[in-house]
Amino acid sequence: MGKFKKKTKTSENIPTSALPDIIFMLLFFFMVTTVLREQDILVEQKLPQATQLQKLEKKTLISYLFVGKPKKPALYGTEPRVQANDVLINTKDIIFWVNQEKDKLSEVERDQITISMKADRDVKMGPISDIQFELREADARKLLYASTGKVEK
Amino acid sequence: MAKSKNRTSQEVNAGSMADIAFLLLIFFLVTTTIASDKGIQNLLPPKQDPNVPPPDIKLNERNIFNILVNANDQLLVEGEYVDNTDLLSEDIKDFLLNFGAPDADAIALFNGLPQSLKARANRDPKSSDHPMSGGAVVSIKTNRGTSYEKYLEVLDQVKRAYFEIYAERVGLTSDQYRALTGKNPAEKALIDKGKEGLPLAISIAEPDKIGAN
Repeated sequence: MGKFKKKTKTSENIPTSALPDIIFMLLFFFMVTTVLREQDILVEQKLPQATQLQKLEKKTLISYLFVGKPKKPALYGTEPRVQANDVLINTKDIIFWVNQEKDKLSEVERDQITISMKADRDVKMGPISDIQFELREADARKLLYASTGKVEK
Repeated sequence: MAKSKNRTSQEVNAGSMADIAFLLLIFFLVTTTIASDKGIQNLLPPKQDPNVPPPDIKLNERNIFNILVNANDQLLVEGEYVDNTDLLSEDIKDFLLNFGAPDADAIALFNGLPQSLKARANRDPKSSDHPMSGGAVVSIKTNRGTSYEKYLEVLDQVKRAYFEIYAERVGLTSDQYRALTGKNPAEKALIDKGKEGLPLAISIAEPDKIGAN
């Protein structure tokens, strides 16, 4: 009763000739989205979690400040420090740094500078408020408390 | 007579192409950090001129929603001790939309609100007059010893109250409202419609120095 006869065999190989193209597409995607880390972060960075996150649109207007305990306490001590670009700076130098960052922008955008403060969750409010005071002095009032998303209960 | 030699195969062997591409792909996968410029936005107050005394703004006590966080990360909300922030945003929404003593503009604002927000108006004379400028303010006061994490958690809840009100006014969810960029006129109109007459009034007081480091 060979009613269900085996169908004639066509080639059973999956054509793999398009595979490199697919892989290349993925490759290009990751190459474009990749931002190679251009600076070493010298302070601890465990960002706090929050729910009401907003995205910043214009990346060119953002300057980053890193705040946290130094990773090398033997060199820099254990008190929270501020890192701008790739060096640790004192709180007093923030005004100078902000002005440097503003000079990099074009004149019309200068007052739209946004500081993204990446502060470690273990930092106390004392140093944070000192930084905010300096930023007010430097007239860089747009501030973003960088944080990661939290899954809501 | 330069006769072309009869080559065995004219094609480049493309079989290993996938392997090379895979290697590169894995390299970029590992090194990639998808840039995340996400966080909680805050606008600092303008700098104070030392020659000009700070403006003496008179606000009634009932128009201020006080949140105090001490050096042990304990919360005092409107004079009462609370041990978590779960209900904070609901309290703030009730406070903002209380409409205790609205003036003509505030009544117009109230009439424009959706029903679900109108239902929050308790008209309690001890709570805020109206949420427009000159009305309700949420004040956060920390200590220098408060942890940044707790401060952000509180600020997060205050922002949440505002965003949920804004989103409800334009019929979106809070997530959708926050994702609006304002890049095209339609989105900008939505953002403005949500905020209209309800300014984000969060006052962040200078931390006090007891228990400081």
